[in-house]
Amino acid sequence: MRALDFDYMLGLVPVLLGYVPLTLGMALAGMALALVLASLLAVERVAKLPALDPLVVLFISFFRGTPLLVQLFLFYYGLPQVMSFLTQINGVTAAIMGLTLHFSAYMAESIRAAITGVDRSQWEAAQAVGMTQSQMMARIVLPQAARIAAPTLVNYFIDMIKGTSLAFTLGVTEMMGATQKEAAGSFLYFEAFLVVALIYWIIVEALSFAQRGLEAHLNRAFTR
Amino acid sequence: MIEVNGLTKGFGQGPVLNGIDLMIEPGERIVVIGPSGTGKSTLLRCLNFLDRPEAGTIRVGDLTVDAAKATKTQILALRRRTAFVFQNYALFANKTARENITEALVTVQKKPRAEAEARANSILREIGLEEKSDSYPAALSGGQQQRVGIGRAMALDAQLMLFDEPTSALDPEWVGEVLDLMRRVAEQHQTMLIVTHEMQFAREIADRVIFMEDGRIVEQGPPEQIFDDPQDARTKTFLRRVR
Repeated sequence: MRALDFDYMLGLVPVLLGYVPLTLGMALAGMALALVLASLLAVERVAKLPALDPLVVLFISFFRGTPLLVQLFLFYYGLPQVMSFLTQINGVTAAIMGLTLHFSAYMAESIRAAITGVDRSQWEAAQAVGMTQSQMMARIVLPQAARIAAPTLVNYFIDMIKGTSLAFTLGVTEMMGATQKEAAGSFLYFEAFLVVALIYWIIVEALSFAQRGLEAHLNRAFTR
Repeated sequence: MIEVNGLTKGFGQGPVLNGIDLMIEPGERIVVIGPSGTGKSTLLRCLNFLDRPEAGTIRVGDLTVDAAKATKTQILALRRRTAFVFQNYALFANKTARENITEALVTVQKKPRAEAEARANSILREIGLEEKSDSYPAALSGGQQQRVGIGRAMALDAQLMLFDEPTSALDPEWVGEVLDLMRRVAEQHQTMLIVTHEMQFAREIADRVIFMEDGRIVEQGPPEQIFDDPQDARTKTFLRRVR
């Protein structure tokens, strides 16, 4: 067993940190889009619109039922062969698309569960004061569903941050791709991957800390 | 003037309604009494379509809704002419006491926020909860929550205020303050339709008492007549049991 090359590891940190904005950027863009898409899917699943419902069920089933890596390859390498206008798509965009579709399927289910978890009396009170369906959802139901869904949604966000590392398989030099290149040059694979693992870990820990603040904020109406 | 004709609900869960006919004069205070599960709450909930009636018509002012073919727009219009006070308060859990009152004024009635806030503040004074304006429902006692529930209904300036057993879920210590507030609402000539088991309160506040059983109006009249000289055997049996 050889000793770890700490100098190399320390030198690698600022290099890899330079890629954190790209990693977080992809995750944030994916999360924002996935939240919108998942909310729409969830509201449809609750309302069960006859024309749309089977399609939404199929969508969720497919994107939950197949691996993210397979989906990314399908979009980036596969789809352009059958839809030529997609040849222009770059790796970052493809990765964000893939993450959005994949995670929106999961998030739709947890948002749906959260919506149905909002007490029946809240829906009735909103109806009784004369709100329209969309006013009721926007003003009363979704804000309360957000509180119920927040812990699982943050978990999906954490998963998504780690999921951005798969963009490297689409030729994107993000944090994982950069590590791979560095390691290939130095042959210090253990050190390089240990450093990148620690950086991911610290990001996720920071996020878990923020999660507690978010949950306290969302719970403020429900504590004495 | 409010007029209900042949209001019927026969299917689905819960009690049925067997063709309810009811005329309510402006400012009239009607108390509905009767055994549990006989459709008193269902009647109230059908009047604003929280439960959907299958047949009959409901007229509130110039709006007439035929239950069999009520459109979304009609149901919305009907709900905007009525206000509802729930047994379990049903305050918006994500809104403060003041926001519970302003919410419909701003979102539904499209009043300017400042006007809605001013109205809410004056109602909060009236219901004696000024110092709880910024509290969320979870931080209020049952009695306080129900007072906000009534305040929220008052703010709507509805043509008909529906009270669905407003004190039944309360600890006994809070019943008095809620009934006091309802008395004050009554003094403002608000048209009220109240389902309650508080017989003393009913006798004192009602212009008319309706006794319901099995989804039908069995007997109705002024409180003295219903309580002191009931005609129908079922009314007599019920009143003997609740006394």
